[in-house]
Amino acid sequence: MTPPNTMNRRRFLGTSAMALGATSLGLAQSAQAQSNLTVGFIYVGPKDDFGYNQAHAEGAAAVKAMSGVTVLEEENVPESQDVQNTMESMINFDGASLLFPTSFGYFNPHILEVAPKYPDVRFEHCGGLWTEGNPTNAGSYFGYIGMGQYLNGVTAGHATKSKKIGFVAAKPIPQVLNNINSFLLGARSVDPTITCQVIFTGEWSLAVKEAEATNALTDQGCDVITCHVDGPKVVCETAAARDAFVCGYHADQSPLAGDKYLTGAEWNWASIYTDMVSKTMAGAPIDNFVRGGLADNFIKMSPLGPAVSDAARAQFEATKAEIIAGGFAAIKGPLKDNKGNVIAAEGQSFVETDVAIESMGYLVEGVIGSTS
Amino acid sequence: MEPVEIGLWGVPLAILGGAIRVSTPFIFVSLGECLTERSGRINLGLEGTLVFGAISGYAVAYETGNPFLGVLAAALAGACFGLLHGWICKFKGVNDIAVGIAMMLFGMGLAFFFGKPYIQPQAPDLPAIPFGWWSDTPQVQAALQVNILFILGAILAVAMAWMFKSTRVGLTVRVVGDSTDAARAMGINPNSVRLLSTAAGGALAGIGGAYLSLYYPGSWTEGVSSGQGLMAIALVIFARWNPINCFWAALLFGGTGALGPALQSVGISEGYYLFFAAPYVLTLILLIMTSSPDRAMQGAPLELSLTK
Repeated sequence: MTPPNTMNRRRFLGTSAMALGATSLGLAQSAQAQSNLTVGFIYVGPKDDFGYNQAHAEGAAAVKAMSGVTVLEEENVPESQDVQNTMESMINFDGASLLFPTSFGYFNPHILEVAPKYPDVRFEHCGGLWTEGNPTNAGSYFGYIGMGQYLNGVTAGHATKSKKIGFVAAKPIPQVLNNINSFLLGARSVDPTITCQVIFTGEWSLAVKEAEATNALTDQGCDVITCHVDGPKVVCETAAARDAFVCGYHADQSPLAGDKYLTGAEWNWASIYTDMVSKTMAGAPIDNFVRGGLADNFIKMSPLGPAVSDAARAQFEATKAEIIAGGFAAIKGPLKDNKGNVIAAEGQSFVETDVAIESMGYLVEGVIGSTS
Repeated sequence: MEPVEIGLWGVPLAILGGAIRVSTPFIFVSLGECLTERSGRINLGLEGTLVFGAISGYAVAYETGNPFLGVLAAALAGACFGLLHGWICKFKGVNDIAVGIAMMLFGMGLAFFFGKPYIQPQAPDLPAIPFGWWSDTPQVQAALQVNILFILGAILAVAMAWMFKSTRVGLTVRVVGDSTDAARAMGINPNSVRLLSTAAGGALAGIGGAYLSLYYPGSWTEGVSSGQGLMAIALVIFARWNPINCFWAALLFGGTGALGPALQSVGISEGYYLFFAAPYVLTLILLIMTSSPDRAMQGAPLELSLTK
């Protein structure tokens, strides 16, 4: 390599970097004016996974339909330095001023490191991790999806013949435990003798292990299965093939399980995303701590399947109305965990909005399984 | 079918069922790698081949409606990957391990790229033979649903062992694997033999991938393999380059892998992370038990870059 050649290359790189810088500056200015807003969505997996990422991508699609908005999307971004690079390139090269890094593990340390560098950019993280003292241009939003699993449980309680229902779970974190507990408590609102068998796979996405777990559950006589893994596709298909009913999670999985699909707890990010984007365009602030449930259109239920009986439908609709009315509590006394410790005494209850639920570390009585 | 209480019998049944269901990709990839390594080359790219086999099999099965055409397509795609690996490794100074890693990333990237439109559609599954017809218990019937590819894998293991032992082709592969110079002296072109062995190995790994997407777990997702191709390559060393042992090692892996979920399903749930480590712990124990300082790499082809 000769020196002049290197110089040329360097000069070329310098000029192009300047050009890129100028472009991003221009875009940033136009973003400030809010006439044309660029919004970035970052997913940890493929955006059509019948699960977590698909739910977010459906929200992004609704934003795309708004006028004056440019939507950027990037899939399969690991929860590592990669997401920081993706965020910075969306900001610097594409002029994004509102970012939705959707995966749980993107927040700490990645958003916490990038957000202070770009005070004019808004970082909205899904999962509810933002607390007082974190950067103010970041925020978190989450939905009370446990209520959806409670409603799943109501249909499951009516559908089960063996009085055993099954749950394929990824990791024993509070949100997953809340879903398991809600699923069983919903079923027990139909018949208090029902038990729920849980199997933890240890990872968010392990196709073969999820299939094995579903088979093991049906082998033990569980005849309604639901799950909390990133992509419920394998669980739904395996359960339906083993003649068990299926309750969905994250997104609508009814095409996967056909007649075996009872209902499902789905995210409804479209309403939240369009709301946040229109607020940003109007120059209005977004709360740092956003939560909502069925009543606020944060979550929705899949249409009831053909196997849902009239009695189940009636109780499902009644419970749903009660939840929408507000103040509904799945965890209410007297209630013990499955090790015999008292969680709620007589008369004590934890409503869906209670922050104590967000740090839940137990499985309720009737759940067969262990958190460690 | 009414469910029957089987209680603790669920554990041995799950191990049996898991061994049959989960082991097939391990069998095919490890047999393919066994063949390649016996010819003196390592193909670490089989994880990529497995994933690409999964998507090409799924895509062709979906487009044509015939899962067997899917298996064929997966085998062809795998053979192409093997040919590419073998062709690159022919050049002087090329390291087969490095090429393998590159091929692994290439295969996975290509599979994800072409796999995008196939995440949502559902392809027809490969049929299974119900060997559990004699039982009234639905759990036993489910565990004994044996896929035709599993049976094919078992036959292939025996056939390959026979091939190495008593056929001219087997002898040729072994000579090339043990001494390039001796092979040249015999008038064999080592590069051609290795090229064909790697292509055949790739084809087998492709079939393993088709099993993943067309039978168990039976759909195309980007995480469908989650490292099974790499584990299968390690199994070859564990099996000491013997095809029959590859088959047993794959069964062992499949069976112990089912242990974790099965124990949780009967209520033994404390410490499930430990049960998930069972296949690896068992491998370690077996390796330690069968190890010996004076015949550490017994059975290893002498031309392998591991042993050189």
